[in-house]
Amino acid sequence: MIAEFGQISLILALILAALLATVPLWGAYRNNQALMNLAPSLVVGHFVFLLAAFLALATSFLRHDFTVINVAINSNLLLPWYYRLVATWGSHEGSLLVWMLILGSWMLAVALLSRKVLPNYFMARVLAVMGMISVGFLLFTILTSNPFDRILPGPPDGQDLNPLLQDWAMIVHPPMLYMGYVGMSVAFAFAIAGLLSGRMQKEWVRWSRPWTLAAWAFLSAGIMLGSWWAYYELGWGGWWFWDPVENASFIPWLIATALIHAQAVTEKRGAFPAWTILLSIAAFSTVLLGAFIVRSGVLTSVHAFAVDPERGVFILSYMVLVTGAALALYAVRAPRVMTGQGFGYVSRESTLLINNVFMSVAAAMVILGTLYPLLIDLMGWGQISVGPPYFSVMFILMMIPIVALMPLGPFTRWGQDDLKRVFSPLTVSLVTAVVVGTAIAALLGAFNVRAVTGWIGGLWLILGALAYLMHQKKAARRLRLTGGQTGMILAHAGVGVFVIGVAMVESMTYERTVRFAPGDTRELAGYTWHLEEIAPVKGKNWIATEGRFTVYRGDREITRLNPQQRLYHRGQQVMTQVSLQAGITRDLYIAMGEPLNDGTGAWSIRIQIHPFVRWIWFGAFMVTLGALVAASDQRYWKPYRATAEDAAGAQGAQPA
Amino acid sequence: MIRMVAPLLVFLGLIWLLLISLPTAEQRRQVASPLIGREVPNFTLPCLLEPDVIYSTADLRGQPFILNVWGSWCPSCVTEHPYITRMGREAGVPLVGLNWRDERDDALAWIRRFGDAWTMHMNDEEGFAAIDLGVYGAPETFLIDHRGVIRHKHIGPVDSSSYDDLLNRINEMRRDAGI
Repeated sequence: MIAEFGQISLILALILAALLATVPLWGAYRNNQALMNLAPSLVVGHFVFLLAAFLALATSFLRHDFTVINVAINSNLLLPWYYRLVATWGSHEGSLLVWMLILGSWMLAVALLSRKVLPNYFMARVLAVMGMISVGFLLFTILTSNPFDRILPGPPDGQDLNPLLQDWAMIVHPPMLYMGYVGMSVAFAFAIAGLLSGRMQKEWVRWSRPWTLAAWAFLSAGIMLGSWWAYYELGWGGWWFWDPVENASFIPWLIATALIHAQAVTEKRGAFPAWTILLSIAAFSTVLLGAFIVRSGVLTSVHAFAVDPERGVFILSYMVLVTGAALALYAVRAPRVMTGQGFGYVSRESTLLINNVFMSVAAAMVILGTLYPLLIDLMGWGQISVGPPYFSVMFILMMIPIVALMPLGPFTRWGQDDLKRVFSPLTVSLVTAVVVGTAIAALLGAFNVRAVTGWIGGLWLILGALAYLMHQKKAARRLRLTGGQTGMILAHAGVGVFVIGVAMVESMTYERTVRFAPGDTRELAGYTWHLEEIAPVKGKNWIATEGRFTVYRGDREITRLNPQQRLYHRGQQVMTQVSLQAGITRDLYIAMGEPLNDGTGAWSIRIQIHPFVRWIWFGAFMVTLGALVAASDQRYWKPYRATAEDAAGAQGAQPA
Repeated sequence: MIRMVAPLLVFLGLIWLLLISLPTAEQRRQVASPLIGREVPNFTLPCLLEPDVIYSTADLRGQPFILNVWGSWCPSCVTEHPYITRMGREAGVPLVGLNWRDERDDALAWIRRFGDAWTMHMNDEEGFAAIDLGVYGAPETFLIDHRGVIRHKHIGPVDSSSYDDLLNRINEMRRDAGI
C-alpha cells in the first residue's frame, strides 16, 4: 500500500510539474499576473508530492517490504536501519528519486528565498524552466526506472546493499553531490529566463550568482566527500582515480568554476554576457552528460549503477531536448545580447577571461579523455582506455598558469590597469612563498620538483589571499569585507592548501606490501609496526579477519590499528576495511592483503603513509565554505523594486 | 550567425557520438576484462563430489572447454541452470563447474535439487582460483580454447539470447581445435 502511495505521489508530482512548465510561462508571455503567481504554489505542491514519494520508498526499506523489487535487491533483514535508509538512494531508481526531491527542494528554495529579489515575470520563467526539467526526470523515473515496482509474492529476505556503500560517508556523499548537480539547473533556468526576457538585462546575472555559488559549493563538497570515501573505503589509498564517474562530476565542476568567475564580469561590467549564458547552459548539460555516462553503462567504470542502454537512450533524448532547445534559443537570442564593454589587456576582465579559458580548456580535455575510448572504438582503432597518465599530465599543465595568476586577479582593477601596480603589493608574498616553500620542502625531506613546486604554489596562493586581506584593510582603514570578498579570500587560500596536499601526496606517498605473521615486528618508514594477532570478528551482517597492529615511533606507542578483511555473507562479497590514523602531516594507513597460506598464518599487509593528505580535503572544505559565504553576500539579496524597466522587461517578450 | 550556432553543432556531434556508442557498450564491457585473449591461469582444486580427486586446468589442455562459476548461494545461478544443463548436452566439450565460495554440503544439496549440469566439478572453497580468473560475481561463464586461451567471458546468467551466441563461439572453438 505504501509503495502505491509513493507511485501515486510521483504521478501527481508529474502533473504539477507539467502545469508548472506551461501555465506560468504562458502567464509571463501574456503578462497575466494571476497565471504567473501560480508558480510558487505549484512548486510547493510539487515538492510535497516528491517528499511523499521519497518517504514512501524510505518506509518500504525501513519496514523490510520485500515485495518492492528495489527493496528486495538492495536490502535484507540483517541490514541495520541507517544503511536501509542509505539503501533508499543506493540504487539507480532510488537515487533518481533523491535527485528529483533535491530538484524540488531547489525550486522551493528559489521560490521562497528569491521571492522579494526577483520580479514576477522572471520568477515565473525560472520556475517554469525548472518545471520542464522536472517533467523530464519524472518521466524518466516513471517510464524506465520505477522504484515502486512490485514482485508478488515477495521473497522472504532480500539480497544486499553493495557493501562498499555500507559506510557513513555514503549517507552524505550522494545527497551532497546531487545538491551540486541539480543546483546547476538553477543557473541554467536563470540563463534561459534571461534569454526569454526579450532584452537582456544585467540584473539576472546578479540574481543568478548566489544560486550558482551555492550549487558550486555543494558540488565541491560532494566531490570532496566522494574522494575521501574512495580513499578509505576502496582500500587502495588513492584520493582521485580519473574514473569516468569521477570525471562525470569533475567536468561540471570545472565549467561551473568558469561560470562563477564569468558571472562576476558580466554582473559588474556587462562584458561577455553571451559567454556567461553559454557556460550556464554548459554546466547543466555536462551534469546531464555525467548522468548519461553513469547510468547508461556506455563507459566501464568501477562504480557505475546497474546499467541499461535503454535508459541511456532516454537520457540522450532528454539532453537533446534540454540542451538542444537551450542552444537553439541561444543561437536566436544571443546576437541581441552581444554587447560588452571594452577592456584593456591588463584588467580584471582579462584575468577572469584567462581563468575562463583555462577552466574551459581543462573541462574540454577531461571530456575528451573520458570519451576518447568511444571515439577510438568508433573509428575502429581498437579498444583503449585513457588512464591517469593522460589526465595527470594534462591537468598539471592546466593548473600551473592558474595557480601562478590566481593571486593577481583580485588586485587588478576593472577596465584598465597597470601590471606594475598590480604586482607591487604581492612582491613580498611571492618572495616569501619561494623562500619558505623551498625551505619547508627541504626540511620535510621532500626536495623534489613536484613537492617544491607544490609548496611554493600553495604558499603563493595562501599568502596572496592574505595580502589581499591586508590590502583591503589598509584601504578601508578598518576591516570590513563584503561576503563576496571574504568568500573569495577563503576559497583562494583553500586552493593553496589543496595544492600543497596534492603535491605532497603525489610525490612522497610511502607504500609497501609486507609479509606479517602474528607476533612479527618490522621497521618501516621510521615507524615500528607490530602485529599482535590475527583474529576473527563478527559484525551485524558480516564476518571478518582482523589484524591487530600497534605502531610505535621509537619506544612511544602512537596508535593501534585494526584493519579487516570482511565477508558480507549475503553477497559473499569480500571487502577490505582499511584502518588508518589521521594526522595533520601524515596518515598511517593499513589494509589487509591476502592470507599467504604457508602454514604460519601470515598475511600480506599493505602499509601506506600519505603525507599531508588531509590538506586536500581541508582545502576543498575551505573552498566550499568560501562559496557559501560569497553566496550570502547581501548585495545579491536586495529586494527588487519595480521600476519602469520592469514593465519594459515583461513587454519585451510580448508579440510585436 | 555561424558563431551563434556553433555550440549547437558541437553539442549535436557529441550526442551523435554517444548515441552510436550505446549499442556497443556491452561489447566494450566484455572486452574490458584483461584476461580475454590471455592464457587461463593454472590452478588445482579438489573435485566437489569426491574431495580426494584433484583437478587442474592443465589437465584440460588440448581441448576447448567451458568454465562456469556458480554457487548455491547465488539466485541467478538457478535462473541460468536450464541453459547450463542444455549447454552440457549440446556443446560437445567439457563443461567445468567451478563452485565458488560455497559450503560443500549446501552445494551438494543444490545439485540434488536442481540437477547436475556439469561434466567436471571443481571446488573453490577459498575463492583463490576465482580471484586468479578475475571473477566479479557468480554466475560467470568462460570459454577457453584448445591452446588454453580465454576466448570469451560471459558475465551474469546465461539466457536464451546469450545461449545461442555462446554456442556459436563454442562451435568456432571446436572448429579451430579440429574436433
